Amino acid sequence: MRLRFILSQTFRGLFSNKAMAASVALVTFVSLLFVGAAALLQTQISNLKDDWYDKVEVSVFMCPINSMAPQCAAGEATQEQMDDVAAFLEEDEMSSYIESVQFETKAEALENFQKQMEGTAWVEALTEDQMESSFRIKLKDPTQYQIVAESLDGRPGVLEAKDQRQQLEPLFAVLNRFTIVSGVLAGVMIVTALLLMPTTIRLSAMSRRDETEIMRYVGASNFFIELPFILEGILSALTGAVLAVAGLWVTVKFFVTDWFGAAMPWMNIVNTGDVWQLAPFLLGGAILVAGFASWVTLRRYAKA
Amino acid sequence: MIKFDNVTKLYQKGARPALDSVSLEVERGEFVFLVGPSGSGKSTMLSLILAQERPTAGHVQVLGKDLATVSQRRVPLMRRKIGTVFQDFRLLSDKNVYDNVALALQVIGAPRHRIKAEVPEVLKMVGLDGKEKRQMTELSGGERQRVAIARAMVNRPQILLADEPTGNLDSETGLSIMRLLDRINRTETTVVMATHDESIVNQMRKRVVELKDGIVVRDQARGVYGGGQNQ
Repeated sequence: MRLRFILSQTFRGLFSNKAMAASVALVTFVSLLFVGAAALLQTQISNLKDDWYDKVEVSVFMCPINSMAPQCAAGEATQEQMDDVAAFLEEDEMSSYIESVQFETKAEALENFQKQMEGTAWVEALTEDQMESSFRIKLKDPTQYQIVAESLDGRPGVLEAKDQRQQLEPLFAVLNRFTIVSGVLAGVMIVTALLLMPTTIRLSAMSRRDETEIMRYVGASNFFIELPFILEGILSALTGAVLAVAGLWVTVKFFVTDWFGAAMPWMNIVNTGDVWQLAPFLLGGAILVAGFASWVTLRRYAKA
Repeated sequence: MIKFDNVTKLYQKGARPALDSVSLEVERGEFVFLVGPSGSGKSTMLSLILAQERPTAGHVQVLGKDLATVSQRRVPLMRRKIGTVFQDFRLLSDKNVYDNVALALQVIGAPRHRIKAEVPEVLKMVGLDGKEKRQMTELSGGERQRVAIARAMVNRPQILLADEPTGNLDSETGLSIMRLLDRINRTETTVVMATHDESIVNQMRKRVVELKDGIVVRDQARGVYGGGQNQ
């Protein structure tokens, strides 16, 4: 009986304040769309980091034959120079950063290259002498790559010490910037929503002032009087949150997974599963924020 | 049943108090008229009984409880034992007779079978049986006040407060409402009624408490409206 009465009050309120309820739903929709976008971008970044940082290593390329680079003016790296680098990597100072070192000969390098390029014209394009021999260094802590790379650069016979991670940094920078933009827009929209919700609730409460006054006279509890208004706010926001989840799902499914993802199958790209994982937080957040905003509004403006 | 103990109510600091050290006791089953000019403090007394306002000084006791000790959360529970009727009826124009009365039970969470049993009963008591489905616009002023009284009484309150219940009605209709209130009073319901209506007070011959500028200037059993003879 109680529940039925409260729900009928709630829906009557929503219906008589259609425009305001819709505006709360839409503002919530847009805010959560940006919140969701920011969260998915961060998920993407962490996917890439998980995937790639493990594989990433510092590669120390030794001077090949006929290199134009000034540090290789003396010609191809000698066995002595390579032994020197290997010995340096084993010194205490360096070994504390290093998990393992693998040496790749020119022949192995060519083999790997040909394997990667299998089926393309590139397979026949290079010869063994065009390849560099290299040390592949796996680090204990991938974030320490700079220390290792810098101490190897400039040693005799070393062409360059290259961290593959560096190649990813620009991509992360772009994704991080998108996250910031989404976050800022989400913030602006959330503030808008927080300003709009109390206004809506107050309007709704005002339009039913006679009724709530009578309810107070006949001894209805505050909770009973306020709950329909709180539910009104929650339902409006929840509608927006559902729309936001649907919007994110459509965007991820058709633009990210099916389009971008199809173009780059080797990349671990966010998918609709990530959207589903995010959904409870968006819906829950909408319920909590709208409920709290409505409750505070009623506390402030409704009098016993 | 209701006790005012040296009650002062100040709405604004520095202003004249709406009630000034008022002491008054109303026994169970009594019928009391509160009379006096506008602004004399009648409505303030009713607001204090309903715990809509808190006294600035002194104590108000209702149904054996000092209202100062009743938490804001318990106030609704107390109001369920007090019925209230107003000059302007305060009915919901988009609900019919039945629903207006049923509202009082719905909002306190009464089960449906109780509502179904008690609403027709109270409508019969106020003389509106057969008019359950009427809309407010189809009712006369007197009938609307009967709906309001039915709503106030459906929860079987021990106290009925009436603020100028006949103020919007012609004298004959007003009198019929008074007969109804009198009948309710005879079922041991305490009735406190604020009024300007001289002829009604004179005809009913009930206890009259006269207020002037927030002070009780007369408290007379079986009194009349303007009758100076103190008892």
